[in-house]
Amino acid sequence: MKAKHQRLTLATLALVALIGASLLAAYALQDQASYFYTPSDIVEKNPEVGQAIRLGGMVGAGSIQRAADGVTVEFLVHDGTAEQKVTYTGITPDLFVEGSGVVADGRLSADGTFVAETLLAKHDENYIPRELEGIDMTAGQHKSETLIQ
Amino acid sequence: MHAYANPTRFLALARPLTLWSFGLGLLLVIGGSIYGLAYAPADRLMGDSVRILYIHVPTVWLAMGGWSAIAISSIVQLAWRHPLAAVAARAVAVPGALFTALGLLTGSIWARPTWGTWWVWDGRVTSVLVLFFLYLAYIALANASSEKGGVSRVTAIFGIVGAINIPIINRSVIWWNSLHQPASITVSGSSIDSAFLWPLMVNVVGFSLLFGAIILMRMRMILAQTKVEARLKRMAAE
Repeated sequence: MKAKHQRLTLATLALVALIGASLLAAYALQDQASYFYTPSDIVEKNPEVGQAIRLGGMVGAGSIQRAADGVTVEFLVHDGTAEQKVTYTGITPDLFVEGSGVVADGRLSADGTFVAETLLAKHDENYIPRELEGIDMTAGQHKSETLIQ
Repeated sequence: MHAYANPTRFLALARPLTLWSFGLGLLLVIGGSIYGLAYAPADRLMGDSVRILYIHVPTVWLAMGGWSAIAISSIVQLAWRHPLAAVAARAVAVPGALFTALGLLTGSIWARPTWGTWWVWDGRVTSVLVLFFLYLAYIALANASSEKGGVSRVTAIFGIVGAINIPIINRSVIWWNSLHQPASITVSGSSIDSAFLWPLMVNVVGFSLLFGAIILMRMRMILAQTKVEARLKRMAAE
């Protein structure tokens, strides 16, 4: 075996070992590295009342209700299987609309409502010009299930 | 391949290539940006802030492409002992770091109106920040231990090890729940409307050509510097 081939084999072996190790590490991180819990995760893991958690999912269609004080909103977050009631007091981001993705920091209260302290909107991977609004905009067109894997 | 290990041969090719790549790249970037910023439509939800896409996507693409180039050059350097590969890897490091910083900055500016925050520690954003730190470490290591204008073998090994982060950045939005949206352009097609896609593609090609021209310039600069150093050493010895 020529020296060049020996070096090449060594480099390839090292690379394969490295990729294997990091894939295993990334896979083990699965739960910890997730940015948020989905409503199903909350059902499954049943976090304690008052424990700080981050909730992510889709805002339920027709579920946004604005309270009389003008700054409090109440809505449902779902992930296709479970639902979570959320209240938030403050200014909502521009992209916060029904059917879009949302990520909220907050705590569960005793009555099972999620009280959000911050609210972030998640943009999906679709880019549609304003002029085309309403033409192709069926709910089924969203690949938004990707939010919920 | 070793024909171009000869710097004179490489330079004869690199000189006209730099000029063409730079000129065409600049033309495409100016054209694509003017169209994207002034004529392309606003997004249905994001409005005008969608326009930052035309800078954000090319810069992040080149940030990741830059490290891939470092990794490939490092393998070529270690396995074939190709002297120009070491010079190329060193030339990519600083522009790569700059493009990563630009990608993070434009992403942050876009995130403020879209997500409602400047910064989140989700999988995508954090792994790109790690890429930026890897570039800084690579630059420090390359400067501390250069050999004949190129990078040392230790630096080359670091370049290969760091490449692990590239597939992690790519998969971060799929493996973990993240705030960053998944890829819009995949092998199965694009979920970006063609009105946005055309100026985006023009800018991606344009920025890539500009990046290539900058790398060629830096490679020529490193080769010239090595020549000067060798000549000074000879003069000092006489």
